[in-house]
Amino acid sequence: MIGIEHYLAVAAGLFVIGIFGLFLNRKNVIILLMSIELMLLAVNINLVAFSSFLGDLVGQVFTLFVLTVAAAEAAIGLAILVCFFRNRGTIDVEDVNVMKG
Amino acid sequence: MIASDLSIVLPEIILSLYAMSALIAAVYTSKDGQAPLLTWATAGMFVLMGVFIAIDGGGTNVAFGGMFVDDGFARFSKVLILLSAAAILLMSEGYMSRRGLLKFEYPLLVALAVVGMMVMVSAGDLMALYMGLELQSLSLYVVASLRRDSVKSTEAGLKYFVLGALSSGLLLYGASLTYGFAGTTLFSGIIEAVSTDVSLGLLFGLVFLIAGFAFKVSAAPFHMWTPDVYEGSPTPVTAFFATAPKVAAMALFARVVHDAFGGVVGDWQQIVALLSVVSMFLGAIAAIGQTNIKRLMAYSSIAHMGFALMGLAAGTAFGVQAMLIYMAIYVAMNIGTFAFILSMERDGNVVTDIRALQSYSTKEPLRALAMLVLMFSLAGVPPMVGFFGKFYVLRAAYDAGLGWLAVLGVIASVIGAFYYLRIVYYMYFGEETDALDGKLPPVLWVACIGSAFVLAIGWLPGVNLFGIEPAAAAAAATLVQ
Repeated sequence: MIGIEHYLAVAAGLFVIGIFGLFLNRKNVIILLMSIELMLLAVNINLVAFSSFLGDLVGQVFTLFVLTVAAAEAAIGLAILVCFFRNRGTIDVEDVNVMKG
Repeated sequence: MIASDLSIVLPEIILSLYAMSALIAAVYTSKDGQAPLLTWATAGMFVLMGVFIAIDGGGTNVAFGGMFVDDGFARFSKVLILLSAAAILLMSEGYMSRRGLLKFEYPLLVALAVVGMMVMVSAGDLMALYMGLELQSLSLYVVASLRRDSVKSTEAGLKYFVLGALSSGLLLYGASLTYGFAGTTLFSGIIEAVSTDVSLGLLFGLVFLIAGFAFKVSAAPFHMWTPDVYEGSPTPVTAFFATAPKVAAMALFARVVHDAFGGVVGDWQQIVALLSVVSMFLGAIAAIGQTNIKRLMAYSSIAHMGFALMGLAAGTAFGVQAMLIYMAIYVAMNIGTFAFILSMERDGNVVTDIRALQSYSTKEPLRALAMLVLMFSLAGVPPMVGFFGKFYVLRAAYDAGLGWLAVLGVIASVIGAFYYLRIVYYMYFGEETDALDGKLPPVLWVACIGSAFVLAIGWLPGVNLFGIEPAAAAAAATLVQ
């Protein structure tokens, strides 16, 4: 029998993978965007699991809002990334270092 | 029902309709030609809404089944947000149009960000909180990279976006755990669920929520985006980041810990106190080595957020009052200081190195004097108003039994005074150099000299901090019962 704790464990695992993807990744900014998406989707699994467990629809409504906002966020992130690429000519994480200190 | 709900959110509706229709109108007409007009119109709308909210009367109104709360606390924060955003918009118009940065999107994105902030401070539900926060953040990411052809500005936007999205993710994970273990997303329901005892799941949710808020208010150890974003963004945008979003995030922080977790003060008090101590010391110590005035202001704002969090850590109504007073004074000081920074140029080029201020007082005695008052006020030197902000939060922490926090706050404030006073030293006793020759246009003159004047006379007996103390007390009383 699969219970709520299994869903929570999967979501927690995905969320932690997302955070590690943000901090350990040295290659490419696109991977950062994917990691952010992974974190938000882990939250969605959490919300839907809780919603079904509690028999309460609010969690699913919340999920729809999160999905919509995640799409808008990805659009803005990619737009900023395109501008950055035009100026710098690279999207390596190691090259995002003009300002330091 | 729906009519009364809509009448409660009327200011937000008017502002968002204004922003959307102005966006369409500007696209179809002359595009950037109307940008100065739009900037003034948007600032006018902010002031209008601020006055409308201020005189709207008292009482606590709840709309949409508790999702949106319009109480004294929300109104105080909204007025502060609207007026500071209006001041920053007016200050940025001249600077941006001289550099070809004044696009019509700028005032409208600021307007949308302000709508987001107004929803944030009025949130009565985790969903309303998230939507308000994202509307604000998404607008700010774009504004940070407004100078599209500059590596620094786009890098600032990229860093802000990645770390802002991380903080939204943390906050959202906390919100999902809170929802699951409390069974509801309404703050009024959460506070009932945690009144008896806090389950481990709810505690995790609380910690993640606080981590997300700490990112948004740039409290250490979640501050790492602040210096880079402040340095890279165009200066008027930096001025905006330092004022209205900080007020909104701090008000949201107070709203959630008191409205949703007010029954378990002991559980979040230690976390907030720790954030406060780390921010105050990091802001004070890391700023010492900075020579770029925008980076310096970033560390200064981290330290100031530490002090504001000290008021919140007290966990009492007086603590919230002290925090609101502190934020109001902080905003006034930052508007004046950034008006000065906006005028720092030599031969038409922007200068951000503080060593360029050497012997400034011989050339521009009045502006040097205004900057001296502003720096003394930021450092918290007694006769200036900035001291009273610190005094209130220290007293709130002491009254709540956090004497150690108050003592550490005083020590951090003394360390932090060094770098503010160094700027004054450069201006009055520095060696002769090529002085800066930037003009101070009328709007900046009013903002800089006016703010310095306000900070210098606020303590006089007849002025009494311009009446913000009773206003903040009334606001705090509606949040903390």
